This record gives sequence, structure tokens and C-alpha cells, in this order.
Amino acid sequence: MDPLTWTGPLGQFLDPVTAIVAALFGIAVLVQMALALFGQPAQLITNADGTISISRGTYGQSATVTKWIGLTLLLVLLAYLVIGAFAGPGAAGIIGGISQQLLPVWIALIVTFAVSIAFKSRLGLYGKLFDSTVGMIGFGLVMFWVFAGTMAGLFDMIVTHDSLVQVSGMKNKAPGVPLRGAEEGDYAWYLLGGDNLARDVFSRLFKGAWVVVQIAPLATLFAFMVGITLGLPAGYYGGRLDTLLSFLANLILAFPVILLFYLLVTPEIVATGIPNYMATVLFVFPLIFVAILLNSRYHTQPSIRTPLLAIVLGIMGWIYLSLITSNGNIVSTVDYSIPGLPRAVDLFEIDPAILVVFVSVVFVNAPTVFRIVRGLAMDIKTRDYVAAASTRGEGPWYIMLWEILPNARGPLIVDFCLRIGYTTILLGTLGFFGLGLQSESPDWGTTINSGRRLMAIYPHVAIAPALSLLTLVLGLNLLADGLREESLKD
Amino acid sequence: MGLFILRRLGVMLITAFCLTFIVFFLTNLYPNLEKLAKTQGNFRMTDEAVASWLGDRGYTDPMFVKYGRWLGIAPGWVTESEDGTVTGQCFDIDSAEDDRPTFCGVLQGDWGFSLVFKDEVGSVVATRLGATAKLMGWVLLVMVPLSLLVGVLAGMREGSGLDRSLSTFSIATTATPEYVSGVIFIVIFTSSAVGLQWFKGSATQAVENATFENFTLPVITIALYGMGYIARMTRASMTEVMTAQYIRTARLKGVSFRNIVLKHALRNALIAPFTVIMLQIPWLLNGVVIVETLFNYKGFGWLLVQAAGNNDIELLLAVSVVSVIVVLITQLVSDIGYVFLNPRIRIS
Repeated sequence: MDPLTWTGPLGQFLDPVTAIVAALFGIAVLVQMALALFGQPAQLITNADGTISISRGTYGQSATVTKWIGLTLLLVLLAYLVIGAFAGPGAAGIIGGISQQLLPVWIALIVTFAVSIAFKSRLGLYGKLFDSTVGMIGFGLVMFWVFAGTMAGLFDMIVTHDSLVQVSGMKNKAPGVPLRGAEEGDYAWYLLGGDNLARDVFSRLFKGAWVVVQIAPLATLFAFMVGITLGLPAGYYGGRLDTLLSFLANLILAFPVILLFYLLVTPEIVATGIPNYMATVLFVFPLIFVAILLNSRYHTQPSIRTPLLAIVLGIMGWIYLSLITSNGNIVSTVDYSIPGLPRAVDLFEIDPAILVVFVSVVFVNAPTVFRIVRGLAMDIKTRDYVAAASTRGEGPWYIMLWEILPNARGPLIVDFCLRIGYTTILLGTLGFFGLGLQSESPDWGTTINSGRRLMAIYPHVAIAPALSLLTLVLGLNLLADGLREESLKD
Repeated sequence: MGLFILRRLGVMLITAFCLTFIVFFLTNLYPNLEKLAKTQGNFRMTDEAVASWLGDRGYTDPMFVKYGRWLGIAPGWVTESEDGTVTGQCFDIDSAEDDRPTFCGVLQGDWGFSLVFKDEVGSVVATRLGATAKLMGWVLLVMVPLSLLVGVLAGMREGSGLDRSLSTFSIATTATPEYVSGVIFIVIFTSSAVGLQWFKGSATQAVENATFENFTLPVITIALYGMGYIARMTRASMTEVMTAQYIRTARLKGVSFRNIVLKHALRNALIAPFTVIMLQIPWLLNGVVIVETLFNYKGFGWLLVQAAGNNDIELLLAVSVVSVIVVLITQLVSDIGYVFLNPRIRIS
């Protein structure tokens, strides 16, 4: 069997078209940028009959041309994916093959967008996102990776081969090489080639996406819980508490992140159980947060409050204990161990390596969130509605959690998106230095690290995860930008 | 103002103490010491041999005593072995009995001995810091003018095509961490697979002899990641200035657009980015570590990775002291500079 080319037979007539349109688009963008500086701006012209018409100027005309060429380019590129999704690798090459494998993701994306746009007027800030092009592009990129990661990780969809299996003769093979000794039922190609251990790059890419999609948002959420629970009282009360907490936050922020990772994530430190202690402390913050949140709202109605708190905290406590317990122990070192939940009621086993990575990422992110929340709380506590609430006789925690926090949600949501991106970058950094996760882990940072040694000869191994990470973080940044724009509108 | 600087210096000192103690604590935990003993001595040491190796070198003493020794406020360890030879932290075995100092720590100017590089920590850090200073200097030289230019051009006409393309560019650069852009650059510009062999993928030579060929990629890689953020801040500041009353007045007077931007808007728009640039410097330190590892440029970041990877305690402490000082000084300079640049704050 011949190796696949990137665009296959389809490319023979579509590639020249793409090249021409892309070249035209490049020229148009350059011309537009030049005209923005030196061209004639839009002008109002008073006609002889007394009417006014607008002359869009050379710049305005070039902008229109650029827009249409850009749209054509987009359509041509879309054609590769659409034709590929139906025709498959035989007719549309590697891109076609990838597009066909990703068919469930395309369907999920189309459904999400169709439903969201149809009901956007009823969906609040999320609905408004679909008014901004930038926001939609960002949301599309993010959801692509969320769907792809979930489908590959949970349901084994998308991936073509086992991400850990090595096939002899496939070492460092270029993208599109047919699988040697493929049997009936095997996928016949390595779509993105093989890595230096002869594993399929394509499958590892999407398995790696699952690692990121799992850890990054959750870790960011925990960092927000810690930051909010500590930042609100620091900003609201001020004084000594604020001085102390701010000092601690600045202390952690003054650490170079990589040094901190090296100090926390090495096997020797893991052996002392310090990450487990940190997990025990950091993961308790969501419980504290929810407990205060519910108690401050319902403490005047004990008949509702008590059962509500008991149920919610019971469930969260169980999850919390399952999270920090591994193999029946919360902390287990050579010398001693602290027993946790018995194995029979332990809900899930977390890989200790992932737990350590998780803890250190939360630890690094929490101080920045703390500073943001503290600043917002200091600003908002001077507003009239806060004064009204305290005149009403509301307690300080009610004011913090039910008056200040909801009014700080705009900047916090935007920062949440940006911070998931930053967490993704941090996870990649950890992988890049070979810290935390096992070396056969398919996550992007580790893959980039193992691929970079042979980068000059076999670039495909490192470049695939690098571009994936780039698109995900770019998507999150664009999403945050879109959300900021839309939340500023009202 | 004097009081403000004094207070900041005090906080700096406390922060440095706390941080070095944390680093000291984490590097001196027993599993780390055990690894140290085995790498320095023998990999097949028994547990007793490890304990005695550590005991002889004062590693098993209480944490605060050891930290005091490093600072130079507690006497250094002295061990007399069974055959009568005396070894100590502060002197060589063959030195005369009389000139054996009791204290040797940071306060005495002795930063210790690096076990990985087999050299004085002070001199190791100084040479590597010089190499990184060169890298950072070039990065700032490339990054600051470019990002200010991008920011000003984008903010000049908010919402124009130029603004949108430059803003997208800045967002894209902030979304590209160094290990991604570095990999992409190496593939495009150095690999034989693509064919553009314009630059070199390794910057090892650049420490002594930096050329355009071996130094461009590391500089561009760091500069690009830091650029986006500064450019966006400059853009925000520029758009704010462009909507100010005095710009409208200038426009109504009939001042040309070029003159409005250059003479009226630019100076006021550049106050805010100054703070951002200063605060960006410690953040670039991360990038320096990644880029120096990726391009094998033997500077401060490379040193940090070597020290941390081999648990070279005294080197690691010196490295963290230096980086903490860099972080805190840039914060101080940005605060002071902001006050000087912004007359509204200075007067009130």
C-alpha cells in the first residue's frame, strides 16, 4: 500500500485553488494594513442635490475585498474537511482521514452551535457570546478539544490505535505511512506518523487531550475556590488578616514557577508525603466555601439549613475523602501512614502522579486568583448595595458571598477562561521538564519533550502536540476576549 | 518616599528569608539527602552508610541549625573521625589549626560549594547570570520597542482592520508558550525536513560568541511570548487616551492625525505599559529556563534546572535568592517609576 499524501487525489485539483486564494488573501491583508496607515479614510461627501453620501475611501474598499477573499479561503479549507469526512483517507489523504476520524466531534460541534444559536436570547452571558465572532471562534476551538478529548479518553472513539502499543517497523515514520503487517480490522495507516517508540502520534495526541481536558479546568476551579474563600475576607475586612494573607500570596508568587515544580514534584518529595498534606489542605476549600455559602443564606431558617448542609457536605465530604485517599491511606510514607477511607467505600482511585501535578498547579494558581478577588472585593465593598445590605443587618459572610461575589462575576469568568489556558501551559511545562507524569503518558508536554530530541530530522512527533496546545490555549484566550467584550456591553 | 522604599526593602528581606527557608526545608528532607548521599558517595550504600555519610557532613542536625549555618550565624560543622582527622564545613583538611574560621555562610560572603559543578557557588552563579543577562538584554531590546509599536498601532484606530489583525497577533503570541514556539521555530528554521536552514537549533556557542545565526531563535522565542501581553496593555492604554477630551480638541483644531498620535497621544499612552514591562521581567525568567533548556544555552535558567534536578542544595539556594531578588527589585522599580511618571499620583 502506498503512503498517504496530505491531501490525496482530492488535492490534485483543490491544492492549486487553495494556493492561489491563500496568496491573494495574503496580499490583500498586507495592502489593507498599508492602507490603514497611509490610505484615504472614509469621508462624508455633500452632493450637489443636498444629499450626503459616504465615500468609504481606499481603506474601506480594501477591507471589503479582504473580507470576501478571506471567506473564499475559509470555504476552500472547509471543503477539505467536509469532503474528507465523507470520502475518507483513500480519496482525501491524511487530512481526509483525520477529518473522518473526527466525524463525531464535528457532529457534536454543529449540534452545540445550532442549539446555542437557536436559543441564544434565553441563555444570558453564554448566549451573548454568539454575537461576537472572536468569542465564537474561541468557543469553537475550546469545544473541539473538549469533545475530542472526552470522546477519545472516555469512549475510545477517534483514536485509531492503542496509544501505548509499539508496532515494529513504525519507528519515526512520516505521517500517512501504512501500518506494517496490518491485520483485518486494524486501521491501515499511522495518520500522523510514528514516534521514536513506534507508537501512533495521532492516537497519542487525542489521548493526551483527555489528560489536559480532565486536569486543567478542575485544577483552575480548585484554585478559584481557594482564591475566593481567602480573597473575599482579605479584601472585605482588610487589616492584619489582609496583610498576612497578601504576604503569603506574594511569597508564593515570588517563587519562580519552575523551581517550585522541581521542589514539589520530584519523587523524593512525593515520598515524604508533603503533596498529600497539601492536597488535604487545598481540597478542603470547596467544602468550606459551600458550607459558608449555604449557611450564610439559610441560617435564619434552621429547618432548611440543617438538612441541606448535612446532605451537601456529606456528599462533598465523601468525594473529598475519596479524592485524597489512595490505597486506603491519606498519607503513606515509609515510616508512617495516616489511614483514610477504607477501600470498599473509596469512590475513585486517583493516580498519585496526577494528584501531585494537580496539587502543584492549584498551589501555583491560587495566589493570583486571591489577588484578583481581593482587589475586586475592596472595590465593590464601597458600593451602595453593600451598605444597604449591612444596614439590613446581614452578616459579613452573607455580604461577601451573596452581594460582592455575584457582582464580581464578570471579571472572574473572564479570568477563569484565561487561567484554564495558563494552567494548560503549566501542565505542558511540567511535561516538558519530565516532571510528575510518567514518561509514557500521552499528555502534550511529555510528548513535546520526548519529540524535541529528534526534532531536526523527525519534526512531526513534537509539532503535532505543540500545535494542539497552541490551538487550545488560543481558543481559551479568544473565548475570554469575547466574553470580556460582551460583558462590557451592558 | 524614603519611608516607602525602606518598608519595601524590609518586606523584601523577610520574603527572601522565608523563601530560602522553604527551599532549604524542602531540599533538606531526608529522601532528598539520601539521594544526595548516594549520588555523591556510592549508589549501593547501605542505610547505615548513608546515615553516617550524612552525619559526618552535618546533614542530620536540626533544620534551624543547618539554616543558621548557611546564613553564617551558627558555627559550621566540625567532625572528628576515629583516626583523628578533623573535617569541617569552613576549612580544608590540610589547613592550619589557627586559621580555621568558625562561621562560613552567606553573611561571610561564602555561598557554599556546588556539588554538581565542583566549584564555588558564587562564581558559578556569577558566570551563568552574565550569560542570561546578555540573553535578557537582547530580549528586552527586541521585545519592548516591537510590543509598544504593535500596541500603539493597534490602539490608534480602535476597531479598524489593522487593530483587529494586530490584536489577534498579540493574543496568538500570548497563547504560545516558549516550548511550543521554540519547537515550531526549530522545525521551520533549522530542520533538514523543511529545508530552511537559516539558524542553528543550539545556542551553546552563543554564551561566548553570540552570532545572528545561533542567538536569534532563543531571543525571538522569549520575546514573542512576552510581547503579546505588553502590546495588549499598550493598546488598552492607547485607546483610552485616544478617546480623551484633549485629543478631541486637537482634532477639532484641525491637527493632522499623524501629529495627534505622535505629539499628543503617545507620551500619555506609554505610562501604563512601563509598569507592565517591569512586572514582565520576573515572568520572563520562566521563559528563560525553558528556552535555555530547549536551546541548550548554558545560562541561569539552565543552572536552575541542573541544580534542582541534582538536588545541589547550596547552588539551589543561591539560585532562589537571586531570582527572588530579581522579582522583588522589579516590583520596587515599577512602583517607584510609576509614581515618577504619573504626575497625578506624584501630586496627591
